[in-house]
Amino acid sequence: MLRSRIAPILVLALILAACSQAAKPTATPTASVAGGEKPISGGTLTFIVNAEPPSFDGHRETTFALLHPIAPHYSLLYKFDPNDLTKVIPDVAAEMPAVSADKTTVTVKLRQDVKFHDGTGMTSEDVKATYDKIIFPPTGVLSPRAGAYAVVSAVNATDKYTVEFKLKYPSASFLTNLASPWNFIYSAAKLKADIHFYEKNIMGTGPFVYDGNTKGQDWRGKKNPDYFGKDKDGNKLPYLDAYKALIITDANAEVTAIRSKQAMIEFRGFTPSQRDDLSRSLPNDLAIQEAPWICVNYVVPNSTKKPFDDPRVRRALTLAVDRWGGGEALSKTTIVKDVGGLMRPKGPFAMSDADLAKIAGFGKDAAANKAAAKKLLTDAGVPNLSFKFLNRNIQTPYEPVAVYLIDQWKQVGITATHDVKETSAYQADLRAGTFEVALDFNCDFLDEPDLQLAKFWSASKAGKGLNFAFYDDTKLDGMIDAQSRETDPAKRLALVGDIERYAMDEMAYQYPVLWWYRIIPYLSVVRGWKIGSNHYTNQDLTTVWLAKK
Amino acid sequence: MRRYIVGRLLLMIPTLIGVAILTFVIMRAVPGDIVALRYAGSSVPQEVIDQERHILGLDKPMWAQFVDWMTSISHLDLGQSLWTGHSVIEELQVRMPLSIELAVLATLFAVALAIPLGVVAAVKQDSWVDYAIRVFSIGGLAMPSFWIGIMMVLITLTLWGWAPPVVFTPLFDDPVANLAGLILPAVAVGYRYSAVSMRMTRSTVLEVLREDYVRTARAKGLRETIVVVRHALRNALLPVVTVVSLEFAFLIGGLVVTEQVFNLNGIGKLLVDAVAHRDYPLIQALVLLLASVFVLVNFVVDLVYVVLDPRIRYS
Repeated sequence: MLRSRIAPILVLALILAACSQAAKPTATPTASVAGGEKPISGGTLTFIVNAEPPSFDGHRETTFALLHPIAPHYSLLYKFDPNDLTKVIPDVAAEMPAVSADKTTVTVKLRQDVKFHDGTGMTSEDVKATYDKIIFPPTGVLSPRAGAYAVVSAVNATDKYTVEFKLKYPSASFLTNLASPWNFIYSAAKLKADIHFYEKNIMGTGPFVYDGNTKGQDWRGKKNPDYFGKDKDGNKLPYLDAYKALIITDANAEVTAIRSKQAMIEFRGFTPSQRDDLSRSLPNDLAIQEAPWICVNYVVPNSTKKPFDDPRVRRALTLAVDRWGGGEALSKTTIVKDVGGLMRPKGPFAMSDADLAKIAGFGKDAAANKAAAKKLLTDAGVPNLSFKFLNRNIQTPYEPVAVYLIDQWKQVGITATHDVKETSAYQADLRAGTFEVALDFNCDFLDEPDLQLAKFWSASKAGKGLNFAFYDDTKLDGMIDAQSRETDPAKRLALVGDIERYAMDEMAYQYPVLWWYRIIPYLSVVRGWKIGSNHYTNQDLTTVWLAKK
Repeated sequence: MRRYIVGRLLLMIPTLIGVAILTFVIMRAVPGDIVALRYAGSSVPQEVIDQERHILGLDKPMWAQFVDWMTSISHLDLGQSLWTGHSVIEELQVRMPLSIELAVLATLFAVALAIPLGVVAAVKQDSWVDYAIRVFSIGGLAMPSFWIGIMMVLITLTLWGWAPPVVFTPLFDDPVANLAGLILPAVAVGYRYSAVSMRMTRSTVLEVLREDYVRTARAKGLRETIVVVRHALRNALLPVVTVVSLEFAFLIGGLVVTEQVFNLNGIGKLLVDAVAHRDYPLIQALVLLLASVFVLVNFVVDLVYVVLDPRIRYS
């Protein structure tokens, strides 16, 4: 009788305990690759992907939901070093590329031991066919990143294992762009037979062979016994026998899958509260890695709409926002943290905090900034400005960021109405310019001004479909083009700084709110994976292994 | 009767055509399309967007798209998903077994709970048993099934470190793993479902118990169990069957949130994803499928009436 009364109370207490947010996390961020540990071969890695890949073609798609399950089937020409994600290393290339004296010919020697999963050997014809498809897509073939290679005039296979890229002019970003995680090496023969072959089929040279998938549920790969890669001790890669990607779209279900140890890791990122929840539940089995992320939300005033055609109004909007206080507060609840300009904070092109503080809205004296914002609004004749603030209906981090902005604006007399739309409708408004001010976003795989400044080209020229502030500015176009052609790193850094000051401060066209912060809590049996500043690269799983418990 | 059946079957055709037209028009009236969504947040030039719209046929006039679709349907071709490029039939084949099995399990659970409890509540009207059953059923109506699901997962995780498998295993591959994955969602959904049926059973049985023929049966000296089960319950079942059947039809595609909570790869989740992606062929096919299920279930219910109540005749 007593037991029957205690049981419901016990259950209720457990539910309350599970729901409580008060407790502190018990696991702490750790490094991924434990020093001196010898990797063990074997085992199956199970990981979560929170969306389903549309097609299977990396050249065509732009979502991480394709890369996470499918990248392990493919190799790239170059890739980012899994042990130092700022460094580019050869993948199917035999060595780093040779660049001609005039910097317009890039020659790449290829490995001669690379085989496709059907047993055929990879040659320069395959690399040429791959890059021709990406850079010069034939009619009916989509290549969203073709523009990133606009500098290339031709790709030539000069002998069986040598490829040559001819450039129209010297490019600062071309070499790192060869390590783009999307540029899977495809078979020339398959592409010749059917240029759309890779939209529905998998056949690469990567460390894992396709082992099947169930739509909307999972994706499976098994070790490629003929993979060319070896570790520094000469052991064959990959270490894992297999992997299984579980498609889980609900945030609660993702946490449950890791908590119940049905999944070991999710490579995109969790929120602080999800991290803390897992940390409390799995105090002895969880590791956490965290890193700044090359993703950011922009406030985009539509400069074709009054009064946002007035730079004073646009400056007032950015001045009103206390980013430093916001970063501290919002980082406790969502995935934003660092204050930065157009380039990722702490990244190779980041401005110093001192220089950043000189830009409107980035100074640390929030009260003075707000006073300046009020004065600008009064001068512009809109002291009680009100507008609709377009946002997409994704909770993390769009909703809290927008709520924070609306509150900050309210403090200078601006009334912004949160206009939340589902992604498709939001995108339609954004592209049609049927909004006043919007919260835009951008994620890239690399700290590279050519990528992060793509949204800043004139809206009627190179920025068509990207620049939702809808301004045309030939001066800014010239500045962006100049930095792209500058191959001296120090000079390029200075040019990028000038662009940031001009675009964010002088003209105040569009500006970042807070940069995202990546949090990966995972089961500590997973070793050999290191977090990077993006969720696109380092996903071929070659160096990942599972420790024995 | 045969004429009635043929007539009803023929009437389904204009109903479904109406549903098809409505779905087609409404979806195109909603702003945004799959191409904008596919490249959301990436630096994709407008030319690529326009080219993809052309490839997918989204730049054609609406009437031309409708004619294309109707032509395909007349050849029993539901088209291809714009998102994955795979055939709609293929997309449905993967999800249908799970949704049907979950609907069947939830219905079995709901009926097994609702009818006995509803009858007992009616027979013991205004006693503590009746109150307890009513409170239990109000609980089922008040708590959303996804919330019940979340609580069940939390409890099993906290007490036993166990959660239902996140990957669905077909029944004939491994019945134990299959049931392990579906039992909690079936209970979560079935509880709410049973609450509606339980209240309906209680009120109809109460009504029937006051009928003259029940009084006559008692006067004849029949045992109370026979009076209730054979005379009262059978006659009280007509509205209950209607409610149970419509709920069953709803369960095939209506368990979106529950499917998300338990990571079930079912029809409801597919439909929501399709709407979010503006995957027109998939949305149109799914709505048509779900409408067909409703129409068919309604038809079957009407036929079941004849079996349950011999006084009903269709001509």
